[in-house]
Amino acid sequence: MQHGKTEKCMNDLEKKIWQLLEKITDPEIPVLSIIDLGIIRSVKVNHTSTDTPHEVLIWYTPTYSACPAVDMINTDILVSLTVAGFTNIRLEQTLFPAWTTDWMSESGKEKLKKYGIAAPIGKSCENIALADLKIACPQCGSIQTILVSEFSSTACKALYKCNTCLEPFDYFKCH
Amino acid sequence: MMTTQEIENPLIKFLLHLGDNALIMGHRNSEWCGHGPILEQDIALTNIALDQIGQARNFYQYAAKLILESSGEQLTEDSLAYLRDSWDFKNCLLVELPNGHWGRTVLKQLIVSAYQFCVYQELEKNADKQLAAIASKSLKEITYHFRWSSEWVIRLGDGTSESTQKMKDALDAIWPYTNEWTNFSDYELNILGDSHLTIRENFEEKLGAVLSEAGLTAPTIAFSQDGGKKGNHTEHLGYILAEMQFLQRAYPNAAW
Ligand SMILES: [Zn+2]
Repeated sequence: MQHGKTEKCMNDLEKKIWQLLEKITDPEIPVLSIIDLGIIRSVKVNHTSTDTPHEVLIWYTPTYSACPAVDMINTDILVSLTVAGFTNIRLEQTLFPAWTTDWMSESGKEKLKKYGIAAPIGKSCENIALADLKIACPQCGSIQTILVSEFSSTACKALYKCNTCLEPFDYFKCH
Repeated sequence: MMTTQEIENPLIKFLLHLGDNALIMGHRNSEWCGHGPILEQDIALTNIALDQIGQARNFYQYAAKLILESSGEQLTEDSLAYLRDSWDFKNCLLVELPNGHWGRTVLKQLIVSAYQFCVYQELEKNADKQLAAIASKSLKEITYHFRWSSEWVIRLGDGTSESTQKMKDALDAIWPYTNEWTNFSDYELNILGDSHLTIRENFEEKLGAVLSEAGLTAPTIAFSQDGGKKGNHTEHLGYILAEMQFLQRAYPNAAW
């Protein structure tokens, strides 16, 4: 499991919550879990007294400012944890440090490719113009590909066309 | 009807200014949805609109929190967007101007993106952690907007004789609204301090470089339009608000 800031001393409940979160997927890219995406920053479970339920505090970072998937993901988290018996759940958004594709897990990148979306190449700080990147076609592996638009079906992806197999495909932009 | 006109806190005023720029620009961009020259570019501009509205939400949410803390008044991102009248908006006039043709639209976008890039770049270092966080997040998105609009302005400015002429005319029409961005108000200066000089310099350089590559020359004009930052707007803003706010005004608290 890889997420920017790994919680060092996790208790059993926190481990259980991470496992539950692993099952929640991005509604727009259903092969990716929210852990693969790297949007969960930390999970904390506090237990102050035996009379009160455990307090669950989850910090997350949205991918893009206006990502429409955020509300859906929040609802999924609340439902999943409620079903598992947690009653006191707080979801807190943190904007800093800004989300980056560097936080995406390697297994997530592999899943993206199998799904037909080219995974982000390089580190976000390198900030290379899309036109200067060679993106391999996720269908046939050819690098004879051409950028069609910097923006695709969602803000996080760019649209490409493969000149070998002639199929269009999405590239998950380095961000 | 609510108003934020009595607010004196410079940070809140600045947040509203930044949010208003983004919201009105996003709304104008959204008018192209379904009308773009080709599907890919229609989608590109709609994505930019979405980014702008997302950024506006972040600024409004933070402004609402500070208003609650300072005056106890319960506002939300929605009431700030939907229940203020035009004199309460602090956006620069350029964002409310009609889009016009595609060339004029991408030129407007270029100026706004160049400015947003330069101001967020400085705000990223601001001592106010939440303002810095929003700026840092927005900056990543603006980088794409700037590149996209630069490419279009260069393609059309340095294109056919017809496209070049249209871009020249668009630049003449829009240019009087460019100075307002770096004609800083008291509340901006209060938050930006000396960094306003860097912003002005970077903005002129960033914009100038693209115009020059596009073969366009900024007109020399003796006057510039302003007033937006203080709430004095063109008639266009009223029409935008009439459309954007109609539902919340006619059916208060409607939700879906
Ligand atoms: Zn291919």
